[in-house]
Parts: sequence; structure tokens; C-alpha cells
Amino acid sequence: MVDYVSALSIDFNLIWPEIALLIGASVILLGSISKSFRPVIPAVALISCIVAMLLASQQWGHQGSGFADMVTCDNFGVMFKQIFLIASIVTLFLGFRYLKVKGLNRPEYYALILFSTAGMMVMANTADLVVMFLGLEIMSLPLYVLAGFNRRSLESSEAGIKYFLMGAFATAFLLMGIAFIYGAAETTNLRRIVTNFSYIAYDYNSTAIYFYSGIALTLIGFGFKIAAVPFHSWVPDVYQGAPTPVTAFFSVAPKAAGFAVMLRIFVFGLSGVELLTTAFWVLAVLTMSVGNILALRQDNVKRMLAYSSISHAGYILVAMTVGGADAVSSAIFYLVAYTMFNLGAFAVVTVMETRSGCRSEFSELTGLSKVHPYLAAILALFMFALSGFPPTAGFLGKFYIFSAAVHKGFIWLAVIGVMNSFVSVYYYLRVIKTAYFDEVKGKVTPVVLSPTVIIALIITALGTLGLGFFPQQLLEFSQAAIFGMP
Amino acid sequence: MVPISAYLILAAVLFGIGTVGVLISRNVIVMFMSIELMLNAANMVLIAFSRALSIADGHVIVFLVLTVAAAEAAVGLGLIIMIYRNRATINIDRFSLLKW
Amino acid sequence: MSEYLSVLIFAVTGAAIVLFTFFISKLIRPHNPYPEKGVTYECAEDAIGDSWIRFNPRFYIFALIFVIFDVEVIFLFPWAVAFGELGLFALVEMVIFILILFFGLFYAWKKGVLKWV
Repeated sequence: MVDYVSALSIDFNLIWPEIALLIGASVILLGSISKSFRPVIPAVALISCIVAMLLASQQWGHQGSGFADMVTCDNFGVMFKQIFLIASIVTLFLGFRYLKVKGLNRPEYYALILFSTAGMMVMANTADLVVMFLGLEIMSLPLYVLAGFNRRSLESSEAGIKYFLMGAFATAFLLMGIAFIYGAAETTNLRRIVTNFSYIAYDYNSTAIYFYSGIALTLIGFGFKIAAVPFHSWVPDVYQGAPTPVTAFFSVAPKAAGFAVMLRIFVFGLSGVELLTTAFWVLAVLTMSVGNILALRQDNVKRMLAYSSISHAGYILVAMTVGGADAVSSAIFYLVAYTMFNLGAFAVVTVMETRSGCRSEFSELTGLSKVHPYLAAILALFMFALSGFPPTAGFLGKFYIFSAAVHKGFIWLAVIGVMNSFVSVYYYLRVIKTAYFDEVKGKVTPVVLSPTVIIALIITALGTLGLGFFPQQLLEFSQAAIFGMP
Repeated sequence: MVPISAYLILAAVLFGIGTVGVLISRNVIVMFMSIELMLNAANMVLIAFSRALSIADGHVIVFLVLTVAAAEAAVGLGLIIMIYRNRATINIDRFSLLKW
Repeated sequence: MSEYLSVLIFAVTGAAIVLFTFFISKLIRPHNPYPEKGVTYECAEDAIGDSWIRFNPRFYIFALIFVIFDVEVIFLFPWAVAFGELGLFALVEMVIFILILFFGLFYAWKKGVLKWV
């Protein structure tokens, strides 16, 4: 009799952070039945996030794989887990008052955020295509519900259905790609695919055809998830329609998860495929340019930020095109910095939207500097960071990416990227101009700054400035994260 | 024995029908059915390869995909009912509140 | 190719027999239509309405809860087949798996989904 159980090499140390989040989410769902438990639900969500964060930090520096090689634990995964957890903690803080004001204060919000974060962590924690697929689905299904969370609102339900259709469509492409790669490589484990790579890809027969069509389909699937142009059409609608804290989460965490998986598959795994460099070159240029140009003519702040998040995905795609240790560590640096200032920008929008009848149009920002000078200053900080002015984290992130591109000889790509950053300055500064210099028509309704939102603003602002002044620590972390990757 | 290319061609045709269905259909339920068709085309590829290579992995993956598809159906139908309550239509062309 | 040829002959013959029978019965049967023959047959009762009606969306939630437990069986069957070799550990894992599903059912129940109002 074969001992199947020990052949699986089960090691729960690899998945404790995920388990902590899932337990937290289940407790919230079951607890939501009793009325007296309801007030502590946000605290439970926060505690399970922090516990998961501590457990994930314990994994730093440990290399290991288990569960029949389906789960791989390494610094790269831990780094991304921390990004997801920071994003979800800030989202929990943002949602607290917003949900009450909008009459959406349902415990499911917290549970869904936790489930989704757990899915992202599964994605970052594996080197197996099937487990990546499962993690992607665990991440996406709660997000579909969250997009339509405001179920009485026409916009929110429309965003939910659009996100669902496009997400499921992308999932089908991704799955077809995985099926073809499985057929060509006879395995779904990324490490073994890489080992067999020369045999698979240079065999001039049907295997190579299956392999390349698999890669193409997978790329399309992930292109939808990270909102690369030309697979971006759902982004502005979904970002505008979804409740604002949820949009903040959308714009950061699933994107980072998509990039974690893409870096693992395409940059570490299949770096030998020359066609991929060309594909990423085109994707990066299209994503940066289209995102920035369409953002120029938006009158809604949320929609503008949606297009801006598309263009930021383009900058990270530049790093993926370049490849190599420098570019990848700068991509991780940029993702952390982007998480900070993009969440911050959405935090300010969330605060603005808690006024009744607010639809986050540009015109609603007028007079902000008179009524709330601190809020206006912090908004200006995030806008400067988004457009990449020193001394914010946004400048350093872009600087590292573009200098890595120049070092590797992708000069044109760097030039296009820098030109795009100049274009983006226009619409970011327009926000500042509206908040500071535009004439106030009528009376400006003041906003209520609740303590939870202030905490979220402080976290993101400190992150944006801190990474700008002291980037060294994070840079070392992100270099350690990719140390020893194949 | 039927060659693997036959299964792959059938799967590709199903996948193509599904893709075209999503792109040209105006009814959300029909779009959703087309997506399910695409997922099942992928399942067919997995099964075909699994049989041709004599590795059981593909069968197991199909089990997982079926579960995922069921979960997706649950969420999707819930969303469709929600928007029907709000709008009294499931024609995708009417969902144009959010436009650039 | 010869196996396919026999399939083809079989299919053609089958279709021909059906068409032939229809043709013969058309020749010899009496022809006497009247309106009652066109009415939907429903246990000899007069039909209330069309069967192409909208069903209550409540059916959908019941169907969904059914689907979840239906899909669970996919995992139960292979587990049951291999149970002899897997032993106690697999039993514990499966109990945890089913417990998680029952959490979901319990949640739905307490939310009042199972009540028909």
C-alpha cells in the first residue's frame, strides 16, 4: 500500500496566512447572524488582516514547497502578500463610514474583502498554473459581488454585471491557455515547464504550436485582469459604478495579484520566449498611451483615476518588457508605491463622496482648499505622486523603471514612457487647480472626516512620502524578494 | 482511435462559438451561456490531452473547473436578478448609464 | 474507414424507416381536425394558461443551493473510490470540506433564504 498522504508533503506552515483570513471571513459570516455581534465585525476583519500580516512576515526568508508542489512559499510571494494585506486594511478603514452613510453597512462587505484577499494570496503563493487559476477565481468571485454591492443603485449593479461578464470571459481565455500549456508541457507546474522548456518550444511540431497558443491565450486572460489596453474597456465603467472604497481596492490589489502571477509566469518562467518581449513592448506602449490620452478628457474624478490606473499598469508592463533583476525589483517597488498613492487618492474621493448627492465630478472639488486645507494638501500630495514629481514615491518608482529600461537598451520604450508621464501631469494638475484655484459657485458643503478615514489617509500619505525620502529599505526588500528566483 | 486533433478542432469550434456569442449577443443570459460554453471547450481540451498523454491530472483539473463554473453561475445569476429588479431588462445595450 | 461506413449505412437506414412510416401513416389515417385536438393536454383538465410563463425567482435560490451540493458530489465520488487507500487523514479532510459547505447552508438558512413567503 502506497502512503499517499505523506507523498503529498502537507505543510501547513506554507498557508497559515491564507487560513487566518478564511477563518476571519467565516467568523464574520456566521457572526453576522446575531445582532449583538455586528458592531465588532470590522474589528474582527482588521484583526485577521493583521494576524495574516504577521504570519506572512514569519514566512520571509523561508523557501519551501508542499502539497505535492502545488504551493510554493518564497520571498516574492511574501512581498506580494504584504501588498494585498496593506490594500485590504486601508480598504477596511475606508469602508467603515462610507458604508454607513450610503446605507450599505452589511457585514458581507468585510467578509468579501477578506475572501478576495485570501484568493490573491493563493495566487502569489504558488508556482502551479491550476492553483493560480483557483486563486484567481477565489479573488474574482467576491469582487464581482463587491462591484454590485450597492444593489439599489443602478450604476453599481451595472458595474457588477459588466465586471462579471468581462471577468468570466477573461477566465475562459485563461483556462483555455492553461489547458493548451498542460497539453504541450504534460504538467501544470511552472518549474517543470521551465525545465522542459527547450524540449517543448523548439520542437518543430504540434507541441510547440500548442505551447505558443497556450501562452497567447493566457496572456489575453491576464491582460483583462490587469486592464492592459486593448482589454481595458470594462475598467472605467466598473471603477465609476462600484462603491468608492471597493474601487480603491480594485485599482490596487487585483492588479498587483495579476502582476505577481504574470511576473512569475512570463518573466521568471518563460523568459526564453523572444516573442513575449515584443508582445509586452506593444502592450506597454498601448496601455500607457491610451490610458493617458483618454484620461485627459474625463470630467469625473473616479473615471479619470480609472484611466490613470490603466496607464500605471502600462509603466509596470515596461518593467516586464525589460526583464532582469533590476527591472523586476523596480516593478515591485513601483507596485508598493502605487498601492500607497492610488489608495490615498481614492481615500480622498471617498471622503468627498460621503456628502449627499455627490457623484465625484471635478466641479465638486472647488473650494476644497478653503474649507479643508489639510485635505486639499493631502490630495495635492497624492496627485503629485501619481504624476511622478520628486520627492514622492511616484517619482522614484518611475525613475527606477525607466533607468532599468535604458540600461537594458530599451531607449525608445523609456522615451515613450517619460513622454506619457508628461502628458499625465496635465490631468493630475487639473485636480489640484480645481481644488485650489477655481472659483467657488455657491456654498461648499463641508465633509465629515471620521477617525477611520483619517487613519487611512495617514497610512497612505506616510507611505507616499516615506518611500520617497527613504526608498532604500523597500528597495532592499524587493531585491531580496526576487533573489533566488529562476 | 480518434486522433487528438479531432477533439482539439471540436473544442476550438466550441470556443469560437462561445466567443462570438459573447461578442454579438445582447442578452446577458445568452452571453453567460456562451461563457459557459467556452469553459466547457477548455474542459474538453484538458480531457483530450489527459487521455492522449495518459496523465490523470487533466481529469482532476476538470473537476475543479466544474466547481468554479458552478460558483460563477451562482454569482452571475444573482447579479443578473439584481439588475433585472433595478432595470426590468437584461439587454446589455440598455446598461449604458456609465459611458465615456 | 470501414467502421464509419457501417455507421453511415445504419444512420441512413434508420432515417429512411422513420420517414417511410410517417409517409404510410399519412396515407392511411383519417383526416378530421377539430379545435379540441389542438388544446394542451394536462391531466384531462382544461389548461389554465401557457407553460411559457415567468417562474418565481425564488426557485433560483433553491436551485443554487442544490447546485452547490450537487457539485460537492464530484469530489465525494473519487474520494469514496480511493477511500480504502487514503485512510483517516482523508476522512478528516472531507469532513472539514463538508463542514465548510454546511456553514454556507447554515448562513443561507439564517438569512431566511429557505423560507417560502
